[in-house]
Amino acid sequence: MLKIEKLVKRYNGGDPVLKDLDLEVGGQEVVSIIGSSGAGKSTLLRCINRLVEPTSGTITLNGTDLTKLKKSELRLARRRIGMVFQSFNLVDRLTVMENVQSGRLGYISTWAALTRRYPKSDIRRAYELMERVGIAHYANKRADELSGGERQRVGVVRALMQQPEILLADEPTASLDPKTSEQIMALLRDLANELELPVIINIHNVTEAKQYTDRIVGMRYGRIIFDDVPDALDAAAMDDIYAGVPAEDRAAQGAAA
Amino acid sequence: MNSPATLDQWSRFTPKQRLKRYGVLLATLLVVAWALQSINVIWEWVWDSPAQMADLFGRMVPPDPQNLPSIMQAMWETVNIATIATLFAVIISLPVAYIAARNTTPNVVTLWIGRFILVSSRSVNTIIWALLFVAIFGPGIIAGIVAIMFRSIGFMGKLLGEAIEEIDTRPVEALQASGASRFKVVLYAIVPQVMPTFFAVSILRWDINLRESTVLGLVGAGGIGIILQGAIDTFNWPEVSMILLAILAFVILGEVVSMYLRKRIL
Repeated sequence: MLKIEKLVKRYNGGDPVLKDLDLEVGGQEVVSIIGSSGAGKSTLLRCINRLVEPTSGTITLNGTDLTKLKKSELRLARRRIGMVFQSFNLVDRLTVMENVQSGRLGYISTWAALTRRYPKSDIRRAYELMERVGIAHYANKRADELSGGERQRVGVVRALMQQPEILLADEPTASLDPKTSEQIMALLRDLANELELPVIINIHNVTEAKQYTDRIVGMRYGRIIFDDVPDALDAAAMDDIYAGVPAEDRAAQGAAA
Repeated sequence: MNSPATLDQWSRFTPKQRLKRYGVLLATLLVVAWALQSINVIWEWVWDSPAQMADLFGRMVPPDPQNLPSIMQAMWETVNIATIATLFAVIISLPVAYIAARNTTPNVVTLWIGRFILVSSRSVNTIIWALLFVAIFGPGIIAGIVAIMFRSIGFMGKLLGEAIEEIDTRPVEALQASGASRFKVVLYAIVPQVMPTFFAVSILRWDINLRESTVLGLVGAGGIGIILQGAIDTFNWPEVSMILLAILAFVILGEVVSMYLRKRIL
C-alpha cells in the first residue's frame, strides 16, 4: 500500500509543481496517471523513490515513511520500489544479463557485482522473468543490439529483479511504436496480476490507459482533478484534464477540482 | 546600408571595414618584424647552415654499428621507462579523473583538488619534471619513470574526466533508483561507458611516452638519450646517426604496436 499525503514539491522556490497532493494505491491495481506535459506526473513518480526530493508531505510505502529516510535507509527502501523509464535507461555496453542483474545491485556484495558472479537464485529468477517476457535468448547479447520493445522488456525485468513492492513506470511506451507499446502495456498489466504488485504508469496515450489499467488519475497543474475507473472518464473530464487553459486560469482550475 | 542606385555594384566590406582589415594586417606584420629583430639572430650562421648540414651529414654517413648492443640495451630501457610509467599513470589517473569530473566528484573541494592536480601536471613539461626528479632521485631510470608518470597523469586524467562528464546519465539514474550504492553505480553505469575512452587514451599516452622517453637521457633521466648525449659530446657522428636511426625504427615500431592494440581492443 502506497499512501501519499499532502505532497508538495517546488523547484528552487518557484511555484509548486505538486500542490497538496493525496493519492492511495494498493493491492495489485494498475493505475495510470494522465495529464498534459508539465502537469507534474513525472515529478510525482520521482518523488516516490526520491529521485526528486519532495518539499513537504509524506509518502508511506507499507508502513515506511519514505520522505524521512537518511541516505543508507533510502537505499534499502529504494530496493522495494521498481522503476521503468521512457528511454529504458539501460547500460548499452553491458549484456542483457548484466543489465537485468543490475536490478539486484542493492542486494549483492560489491565483489559479486565487480566479478559478475551473481547468486544462483538471482540467475534463476532472471531467466524465469526473461523467459516470461520473451527475451531469455538475448541473455548474452549487448543491450544496444536489441530493438526498442525488447529493450523496454529488459528494463521491466531489471525492475522486477528487485522483487519490488510497487512498480513505477514513467511513460514506458512513449518511445515505442503503437503495436510494441500495446504489448508492453499488456505485459505490465499481466505482471501486476501475476506478481500481485501495484503499478503506477505515467502515460500520454489515453486510449491505452483506458484499455490496460484499472484506474485513471487525471492531473492538472500539480493537482489530481480526476480519480476513477476508466469508464468514468468522459468528454467533460477529458476537457478538464487537457483543455488549453492559459496560465492565469490555474487558480480557478485548481478551485474547480 | 542604403540601397545602391544600380544593381551591378556589390562589395563584401564597407570602406571603413576594409581600412580596419588592412590596419590589422599591418599591425601583425609589425609585430612579426619586431619579434624577428628582437631575437638577435646571427644571420651569417643561418646562411652558412646548408654547408654545415652537408658537412655534418658527410660525417654521419655511414652509421657506425659498433656500439649496437649497448644502443639496443638503452633502447630496451627506454621502452620500459615508457611502459612502466604509463602503467602507473593509468592507475593513478583513474581516481584523479573521478574527482575532477563535475558529475562524480564528492564535493567542491575535491573537484578543485582534482582540477589542481590536472593543471599542475599538465603545465610542466616532461623534461622539466625530469630535471626535478633527477635532482631528487639522482640520475637514472627512476627519475625518468616518475617524470613521465607525472606528466601523463594530467593528460589521461583530463581526457578521462571529460569522458566521465559526457556520459549518458540515464542509466545512472536507473541504478540509483534501484537502491545501488554509489560505488556500484560507478561500476555498472559509468565504467562501461568510459571504457572505450580509457583504452584509447592509455594506448595514445603510451605512444607519446615512447617518444618522450627518448629525450629523457639528455637530462640524465635514463634511456637512449644518455648514449645520444655522450656520442654528441664526443663528436662521434657515425654513432649519433646510428642512434637516430634506432630511435626512428623504434618509434615506427611503437606506432605499429599501438595501431594493432587499438584495432584489437576498440
